[in-house]
Amino acid sequence: MYPDLSNSPVVDQVGIEERVARFNTRSIKKETKLQGLKLALNMIDLTTLEGKDTEGKVEQMCYKAMHPADDIPGLPTVAAVCVYPTHVKTARRALQGSSVKIASVSTAFPSGNSTSDIKIADTKFALDNGADEIDMVISRGEFLRGNYHFVYDEIAAVKEACGKARLKVILETGELSTLDNIRKASDIAIAAGADFIKTSTGKIQPAATMPVTLVMLQAIKDHYDRTGIMVGMKPAGGISTAKGALQYLVMLYETLGPKWMSNEWFRFGASSLANDVILQLAKEYKGVYYSKDYISND
Amino acid sequence: MSELEILKTYKIYIGGQFPRTESGRYYPLMNKKKEVIANISLSSRKDFRNAVVAARGAFGGWSGRTAFNRGQILYRIAEMLEGRKEQFIGEIVRQGGTRKQAELEVRQSIDRCVYYSGWCDKFQQLFGTVNPVSSSHFNFSVPEPTGVVAVIAPEDTSLLGLVSVIMPVIAGGNVCVVLASESKPLCSVTFAEVLATSDLPGGVVNIMTGTSKELHSHFSSHMDVNAIVYTRDNKDEKKLIAENATLNVKRVFFWNNDWSKAGSENPYLIMDLQEIKTTWHPIEQIGVGGAKY
Repeated sequence: MYPDLSNSPVVDQVGIEERVARFNTRSIKKETKLQGLKLALNMIDLTTLEGKDTEGKVEQMCYKAMHPADDIPGLPTVAAVCVYPTHVKTARRALQGSSVKIASVSTAFPSGNSTSDIKIADTKFALDNGADEIDMVISRGEFLRGNYHFVYDEIAAVKEACGKARLKVILETGELSTLDNIRKASDIAIAAGADFIKTSTGKIQPAATMPVTLVMLQAIKDHYDRTGIMVGMKPAGGISTAKGALQYLVMLYETLGPKWMSNEWFRFGASSLANDVILQLAKEYKGVYYSKDYISND
Repeated sequence: MSELEILKTYKIYIGGQFPRTESGRYYPLMNKKKEVIANISLSSRKDFRNAVVAARGAFGGWSGRTAFNRGQILYRIAEMLEGRKEQFIGEIVRQGGTRKQAELEVRQSIDRCVYYSGWCDKFQQLFGTVNPVSSSHFNFSVPEPTGVVAVIAPEDTSLLGLVSVIMPVIAGGNVCVVLASESKPLCSVTFAEVLATSDLPGGVVNIMTGTSKELHSHFSSHMDVNAIVYTRDNKDEKKLIAENATLNVKRVFFWNNDWSKAGSENPYLIMDLQEIKTTWHPIEQIGVGGAKY
C-alpha cells in the first residue's frame, strides 16, 4: 500500500535556517568536545568513490578505518568504509576480524539512470561479495516529474533484495531544489523501508548542508513519533571539519535525542573529515596544535 | 556641510580577509596625551590557529609560482605602499613619531620592498650550486622554501620592522603569520590593506595584533609551523621559543638587526628560511663509449 503523500508537511525555510543558526552557537569544550570528537570519528563512513579507485587505495583506506591514528590512545575505529561494489571483495579481505562495516553504493550510483534489473543485480553483486550495508540512489528525474510511486517501488524492490543488510537511501538533495521536495522524498524513502536516509552522493554540489539535514531529521522524528520505528540519518559530502561535525551532532541530539547518538543510527559520509577530527583529537591529547604532516593522507 | 571624520576599525588580516579577533577582546591604543586613538584586536591562540590553516593552504600556490612572478608582486607591494605614503606617515605621527622620522621610515620601507623584489629570482642563482661528484651524476643543490613561518615582528617600529621581516620570508616562497608591534600596531593593519590590493594571494601573509607574552608559546609550539623568527629581546620568551621549537624541529631565528640601517637588508635573511635540496641526476659517462660532448 502506498503512503499518503499528501501528508508530507510543507517546510518553513526561514524557520529551518534560524533553527540551524542557533545550533551553531552552542559552545562545546574540553571533555565534552573530546567525547564529541570520538563519537564523530566513530560515526564516519570512510569513503572513496572515484573512477580512479584501485585495490591498493581501498586496502589503504581499510587500514586507516581500523587504525585512524595509532599514536593517540583510546581512539575508536570508524563505523564503516564505503566503496563501489567492485571493491567490496577487497574491503572484505582487508577488514577481516574487525568490526568496521562495509557499505557499498549501488543502483547505478551516482546517477541512478539504469534499468531496474541492473539496479537489483548491482545490489545483489555487492551483497554477494560481502557488503553489510547498501547505499542506493533514488531516481531523481522520476521524483521531480511527480512519479512518486515509481520512486517508492524502486526503493521497496531494493530493500527486498537487501534482506538483512541495512539500506541507506540517497536522496541527492542537491538536485531536489526545495526543502519541500526533500521532506517529501524523505517520507517516501522511509515509507518504502529505508533503514537510513542519506543526503547526497558527494558528486553534486551542494552536498550535505545543515538545513537539509534538519528537514530530514524532522521527517525521521515524525515517523518515530507516529510508529515508534527508528530510522538512521547520514549526511554525506561537504562535511570536512571537526567543528562542523560537532554542530551536526548538536543538531542530532536536540532534534532526535540520545537514542540516535551512536553509529547505529547516525553516520557521516566523508573522506577528509576523519583527518580533521584526528587533528583536533591530537591537539587535545598532545596539548599543542597539530599538523597533517603527521597523519596519513588516506 | 560639516564633515564628520569616519574612524577606521583596526582589524586583523587572515587568509586575505579582515576579520575581528575571534576572542572579541581589544586593547586601547593611547597617544602621548593618554588619549585613546584606536581599539586594537587582542588576538588569541585561535586566531593564530586559523591563520596557520590559511597560511598552509596558500603555501602550495605561492611557492609554486615562478620566482619572477613573486618578484613582480613584491614590486607591486612597493607601488601600493608608495600610493598610500601619507596614510602611513600620519599613523606613525599619531603613534608618537615626528613627521621627519615618519617620512624616512616610510621611504625606507618602500625601498625594502623593492630590494627584496629584486632578489626573488636571483638568490637561487647565487646560492644554488653544482657539485663535483665522482660518479656519473649531474649533482646540483638549490634552495627551496621552508613552509609556514611564524614571525614575531619588531616592537620598536610600526612599519619598517614589519616590512623588513615579512619581505625576506615571502621573497623566498614561504608563507607567514606575523604578530605586529604591540605598542605601535596601526601601520600593520594598513599594511595588510596594501598587501590585499597587491595581487598577493590571500593567506601568504597573515597579520595579527596582540601581545607576544600571550602568543609566543603558541607560535613556537604549533606543529604545522616550520620555522619561527623572533625579533625582540625578552630572554624568557627566547628560551621558551627555543625549547618549544624542538617539538617538531622548527628552524629558530633570532633576528636582532637595526632595521633602519642599510646593512640590515641582505639575501642571507632569505636564505635563513630556505632548505637546500640536492638532486643526483644520472648522466651518461662523458667521454666513455664514444659519447661526444
